[in-house]
Amino acid sequence: MQTVKMVITGPFSSGKTEFIRSISEIDVVTTERGISSEAERAVKESTTVAMDFGRITVDDDLVLYLFGTPGQRRFDFMWEILAEGMLGFVVMVDSTKPETFREAKSILETFRAYAPTPYVVAANKQDMKDAWNTDDLRIALRIEEGVKLLPCVASDKESVKTVLLELLYSILEEMDS
Amino acid sequence: MPLQGNLRDFSTTQLLNLINLAGKTGTLSIFESIRSGEKDAIGAEKMVAGKERARVSFKMGKLISAILGGQDGNLVSVLNKAGKLSDEQARIIRERAKNTSDKALALLLINANYVTQRDVVSSIQQHTLDVVYNLLSWDEGPFRFEDNILPSSDRILVPIDLENVIIEGARRIKEIEQLTSHLPNLDMALKFPENPREKFKGIHLSVEEWRVVSFVNPKNTIRQIAKANNMSEVEIRRIVYGLEQAGLVELIKPPTPDGAVSGGMKRPTTRAPQVQRTVVTKLIDRIRNI
Repeated sequence: MQTVKMVITGPFSSGKTEFIRSISEIDVVTTERGISSEAERAVKESTTVAMDFGRITVDDDLVLYLFGTPGQRRFDFMWEILAEGMLGFVVMVDSTKPETFREAKSILETFRAYAPTPYVVAANKQDMKDAWNTDDLRIALRIEEGVKLLPCVASDKESVKTVLLELLYSILEEMDS
Repeated sequence: MPLQGNLRDFSTTQLLNLINLAGKTGTLSIFESIRSGEKDAIGAEKMVAGKERARVSFKMGKLISAILGGQDGNLVSVLNKAGKLSDEQARIIRERAKNTSDKALALLLINANYVTQRDVVSSIQQHTLDVVYNLLSWDEGPFRFEDNILPSSDRILVPIDLENVIIEGARRIKEIEQLTSHLPNLDMALKFPENPREKFKGIHLSVEEWRVVSFVNPKNTIRQIAKANNMSEVEIRRIVYGLEQAGLVELIKPPTPDGAVSGGMKRPTTRAPQVQRTVVTKLIDRIRNI
């Protein structure tokens, strides 16, 4: 059986676990732990410390694994391990939290350096009133014109499907070029 | 949707750059910070908006008006500050023309030969720039950009290109750390964006900036450009920062002799998998049908 994997990365609390939960056919295998830092606990109660793991079975011979990275820098030793052999990656950005944009850009550059694979940027939480729109995010994050920056709501399966499909289209384009 | 955040996360220069590139129309308000007692997503203390400190308006990406909180910013005050009206003249005009709009007042003053049209335009322009240069040094404060909100129609609005403002603002940025964090790696190279001729139209660069521009070439690292121009790391960072923020140059990795990319980025450390096209099309079909 052939397995392929995609990595879902992004800053703390950007919606990576939710993204995988929305599309995975299995309950996401998560390594969430209660947050020890009071500051981060104010944002959410638990966070991914090693990885999240979701699965989409295509047929008897092919399975897609989705790996979510830990968002906190102190667990970044896991990033390179997770990046090994990835088909492509999604960078999640919380569109309502400009204080995380710098970190999102830094994570994007780190993953680009790990492997020359296609990627897309998912502007998450676009359903919230404080969300920056994708045009403004592109400028704020300095995302090149050729890179897809997609509106996303990680809790919405259709939205997650669109992001993954766009990534797969980019992978096809790269193969064809 | 309004654009909001805090200047400590997204600086005034970055905001001006965004407004310029997106050609936005609307008003940016910057507020005093009030501690909320809560933490934000990166663990810093969350600030909520207090009293308005400044209000800056833009039309199609151009700066058209700027007022600091606590200042009335009306024409008489602006002309008085610019030395075009004496204190006594300003006092009398304020008394006699209390309910006159700026536009009507400007016509009266020009017809009475108090000032010329050029005095009015240049004084308003300088006032607007002074306010914006002031707030370029602010590194903290909640902000909010409201689309399509503009000053009242009785005010005189003088459009100013933001590229020059951004460059001048960058000249005034003294924090070396900020420059270093923006451009940590001097082994990157520079290239011109598409349509450079269009972008450089109407731009006023200093001699030093022109010297850097003359070396812009993907083969030259920023460090080499600094060396060729006998510039310090701080000087070259400041100039590159200004040129990049104004959209006049872009950072790229210089090519190495073997054609691979170099620079501060790590070389790819993991290999992409060898996957056939049919695998990807199968994945697409499967996800479409979920």
